[in-house]
Amino acid sequence: MTTQEVGRPRRRKEDARLLTGRTQWTDNLTRPGVLHVMFLRSPMAHARIERVDVSAARGLPGVVAAFSGRDFAGEQGSLPCAWPVSEDIVIPDHPPMAVDEVRYVGEAVACVIATDRYRAADALDAIEVDYEPLPAVVDMNEALSPGSPKVHEAGNKAFSATITSGDLDAAFRDAPVVIDRTYVQQRLIPTAMEPRAVMADTDGESFTVWSSTQIPHVLRVMLAVVTGIPEHRIRVIAPDVGGGFGSKLQVTAEEVLCLLLARRLGRPVKWTESRSEGNLTVHHGRDQIQHIRLAADADGRIRGLQVSLLADMGAYLMLVTPGIPMLGASLFNSIYKMDAYEFNCTGVFTTKMPTDAYRGAGRPEATFGIERTMDELAAELDLDPIEVRRRNWIRHEEFPYTTIAGLTYDSGNYEAATDKALSLFGYDKLRAEQADRRDRRDPVQLGIGVSTYTEMCGLAPSRMLGEANYGAGGWEHASVRMLPTGKVEVITGTSPHGQGHVTSWSQIAADALGVPFEDITVLHGDTAVAHKGMDTYGSRSLVIGGVAVVKACDKVREKARKLAAHVLECSPDDLDFEAGAFKVRGTDQSRTIQELAYAAFTAHDLPDGVEARLDSDATFDPDNYSFPHGTHLCAVEVDTETGMVKIRSYVAVDDVGTVINPLIVEGQVHGGIAQGIAQALFEEAVYDADGNLLTTTMADYLLPSAADLPSFTLDRTETPATSNPLGAKGVGEAGTIASTPAVVNAIVDALRPHGIDDVRMPCTPERVWRALEGVRR
Amino acid sequence: MPRITVTVDGVTYEEDVEPRLLLVHLLRERLGKTGTPVGCDTSNCGACTVLLDGKSVKSCSVLAAQADGCDVVTIEGLGANGSMHPMQRAFHEEHALQCGYCTPGMVMAAIDLLRDDPDPSEETIRQGLEGNLCRCTGYCNIVRAVRRGAQEMGQAVSPS
Repeated sequence: MTTQEVGRPRRRKEDARLLTGRTQWTDNLTRPGVLHVMFLRSPMAHARIERVDVSAARGLPGVVAAFSGRDFAGEQGSLPCAWPVSEDIVIPDHPPMAVDEVRYVGEAVACVIATDRYRAADALDAIEVDYEPLPAVVDMNEALSPGSPKVHEAGNKAFSATITSGDLDAAFRDAPVVIDRTYVQQRLIPTAMEPRAVMADTDGESFTVWSSTQIPHVLRVMLAVVTGIPEHRIRVIAPDVGGGFGSKLQVTAEEVLCLLLARRLGRPVKWTESRSEGNLTVHHGRDQIQHIRLAADADGRIRGLQVSLLADMGAYLMLVTPGIPMLGASLFNSIYKMDAYEFNCTGVFTTKMPTDAYRGAGRPEATFGIERTMDELAAELDLDPIEVRRRNWIRHEEFPYTTIAGLTYDSGNYEAATDKALSLFGYDKLRAEQADRRDRRDPVQLGIGVSTYTEMCGLAPSRMLGEANYGAGGWEHASVRMLPTGKVEVITGTSPHGQGHVTSWSQIAADALGVPFEDITVLHGDTAVAHKGMDTYGSRSLVIGGVAVVKACDKVREKARKLAAHVLECSPDDLDFEAGAFKVRGTDQSRTIQELAYAAFTAHDLPDGVEARLDSDATFDPDNYSFPHGTHLCAVEVDTETGMVKIRSYVAVDDVGTVINPLIVEGQVHGGIAQGIAQALFEEAVYDADGNLLTTTMADYLLPSAADLPSFTLDRTETPATSNPLGAKGVGEAGTIASTPAVVNAIVDALRPHGIDDVRMPCTPERVWRALEGVRR
Repeated sequence: MPRITVTVDGVTYEEDVEPRLLLVHLLRERLGKTGTPVGCDTSNCGACTVLLDGKSVKSCSVLAAQADGCDVVTIEGLGANGSMHPMQRAFHEEHALQCGYCTPGMVMAAIDLLRDDPDPSEETIRQGLEGNLCRCTGYCNIVRAVRRGAQEMGQAVSPS
C-alpha cells in the first residue's frame, strides 16, 4: 500500500541543483562565439531624438556591431498590449528601441554588440545622441489637467472603465455614515533576485530564444506576431528562472531585439541586465490613487461603495498594463455584502517606466482600499474592527454567493479563519495591553491591524477572459508519459520559477498513477518539450495546471485499464485500481501499471484499437475563478518619538483550499507576507519632477533583509474549492494581498488616539514622525 | 595584463586578467564557475558571496587581481565526496529556498556567520544575514535552516 502523496510536506526535488550551484540561469548559458549586447538608454524622461551616431562605437576593439533604433525601424514592430480593457483605449506604438522620441528614463535608444561585456560597456560611451528635451509628465492629476504636456499625441488618458451594480444614489442618500478617503498605492519595483537575461541563436532558418521569463509559451506567440518570424521557427526556453513576481510576465524590448540581432548578425547574442538597468526598465508595479466612499448604516452595515481610481500606466501599455487595475475592479467589495457598488478607473500616461503585473496584480490594491476603509468605518462607529467586518461579511452558510460585483464565490468560511487567527494572536490580551499603554501615555504605542481578504485566483476561465476582452485563454495543458521501464514523465505548460511545481506535480501524479514519487520527472519551460501552455502567473499553476496533470493521469489510467483487461482476460469493469496495480476483483490476478507500460512498449499483444503507448494529455479550463481567503493580524509597536515601527507579531490564517504540499504552501505565504510588508514599510520607486528615477539601485530601493522582518505565525483552514477537482484555490499571491493593509491598519490603530487616520506608504520612520509632528502643532 | 594565481574549489588556475576584471566575472566567465550568480551592482544583495581565504566576500566587490595567491571556495566546492555540506542539507530540509538565486550567497554567508558564533540565536542570524537579500522566502525558513545547520555542524566537529 503506498502512502498518499498529496498533503505530504515533501522536500523539493528542485533543491539539490540549486543548492550546489549546478544551475541553468540564462546568464550561465553560452553558445560558441556568443556576443554580448548592451543597450544605451535614455537619460531624459521625455525628448525628441535628433541624432544618434554609433559610428565611433563600431570602430572600437571587440565591437562587432552597433545600431540605433532607426536601424531597426523597419523590422522591430511594436511591443504588444494583449488587454484592451475598454472601447476608448489608446494603445500607442511602442518600438522596442526608440526611433523618434523617448518617453521614460531608461528607454533603449541604441545598442552595442561586442565580444565581451566589458568591451560592450566601453563602446556605449562612444555613442553620441542629441536630444531635444520635451516636458516630463510625472503626476497623474496634472497629466489629466487640460494644459498638461502630452506623453502621446492622443493625450494622457489611456482608457476609462466603469462598473456599476445596484442603486448607489439610494445607498448614499441619507446614509448615517459616509467614509470618504483617498489612498495612494506607491509605485514599486518587483525586484526578482535574478536580473533579466536573454540569449538568442539561429541556424539561419530557425531561432532559439532563452529568456528569464515566466511565460515561454506566450512569449513565443508574441515574438512571432511582433517580428513576423513564423511561429514554428521560434523555440523559447525558460531555463532556471530566479523569481518573477509578475515582472517576468512580459514581452520585453530586449527579447525582441536579441532575436532580431541574432537574425541580423547570424550569430548568438546574449544580454544580461545590471540591477540598475533593471530598476529603470523592468516593468514597475502598483501606482494608483484610490478615492473611496463608503456609505453605512448606524450599526455598521455597508449600504454602498464607490471607488474611483487613477492608475499610472507609465509611458506605454505593455502586455497586460491596463488590465492590472481592472483585476481589482470586482474585488473592492471583497468579502462584504452591500446594496450598491460603483467602480471607475482612468488609466493615465506619464513619462515613467510602464507599470504591469506585480504579485497580486490589482488585488492587493483593492484589498488595501477596502480593508483600510473598513477600519475607518469601525473607528467612526467606535466598533471593534473585527466586529464591523463580522456584521458585513458573507456567512459560511451563504456560499455559493454572488457578490455585488458579479463574481460568484464558491466556498469559504470567514468565521472559522478569523476565530482561529484571533486565538493564535491573543487578540484580547493585546487589546488590553494597548489600552494600558494608551492610559500610561507610553511613548511606544501598540497598534493592532486586521485584514480579512479574499482574492480571485486561477487565472482564468477562458470564457470570462473573453468577456473581459483579454487576448488569450486561461486553460492549461499537461502530458503524462509512462516510459518503458515504468518511470513517468509529466510535461506541464506551467513555467515555475521558484514555486516547486516539479515536486508538487510529482505528488499529484504519484497518487493518480500509483507510482513512486521518485519515479516521476516533470518537464517544463521549453516550447519544444512542453508544446502547449499558458505559463505561470496569477496563482494559476496548481489550480489550472495541476488539474490538467490530474486529468492527463486519469486518461493514462483508463488506457492502462483497457490493456490490463486484455492481458488478464477480464472485463475492464472487473478491475480495481489500487496502489498502482489493476486487480481482478475476487482473485489474486493483477498487473502493475509499470508492467502495463512495458507491455504497451513491446506491443507484442495489444488488443485491437489500442495504440503502442501509455501516455495521454489533457487541458483544463475552469468554469470559475477560485477564491482563497483568510484573516491576517498584525501587532506593531510605534515609537511616537522616533516614528520607528516594529512588527511585534504577525498571525496569518489562510484558506487556500486543498493543500498538495504544506511545506511549499507555507513558504509561499511567508514570502508573500514579506513582500506585502515591504510595500507597507520600506519600498517605493521615486521619480523626481523631471522624471528621473531616484531609486535605481538596491542602495536606494529598500528591500527588507532578514534583520527587518519578524517570524510569522501561520495556520490554515480548509474549505475546498468547488471549481476544480483538486479543491485547490491558489496561494502565490495571498500573503502579499493580505499583509499590506494589516500592517498599515496596525500603524494607524496605534496612532489614532493622536488624531491620525492615515500614514502614506511606505510608512517609514520619517513619514510616521512627520504625521505625528503634523498633529502636535 | 597582470597574471594571477588563484585556487578555486581546490583547483589552481593561472590567469591573465584585466585590472578591472571582477572576481565574480573571473569565476563565471573564465573558469565556468556559474554556481555563483550576480544579483546587483552595488554589493547590496550578496548573491555572489564566496569564501576568500575562509572569509565571506561579495565577489562582485573584489577585483580578480586582489584574489591573487588566495584560496576561493564557492557553493560548488562546499560538498565533499558527492554529498552536500550540512548547511546545504539544512536549507533543503527546512525549505529555505524557492527560486534559489540568492541561495549560494546565503549558504556561504551563513557558514561564515558560524565562524563568529557557532550557536547563533534567531536575532544573531537575522542581523548576520543582513547583507544577503532574498525575495522569495520572507527569511523565516532561512533562519530555521541556519539554526539547524549550526546544530549539525556543531555535532560534526564536537569531540567524540
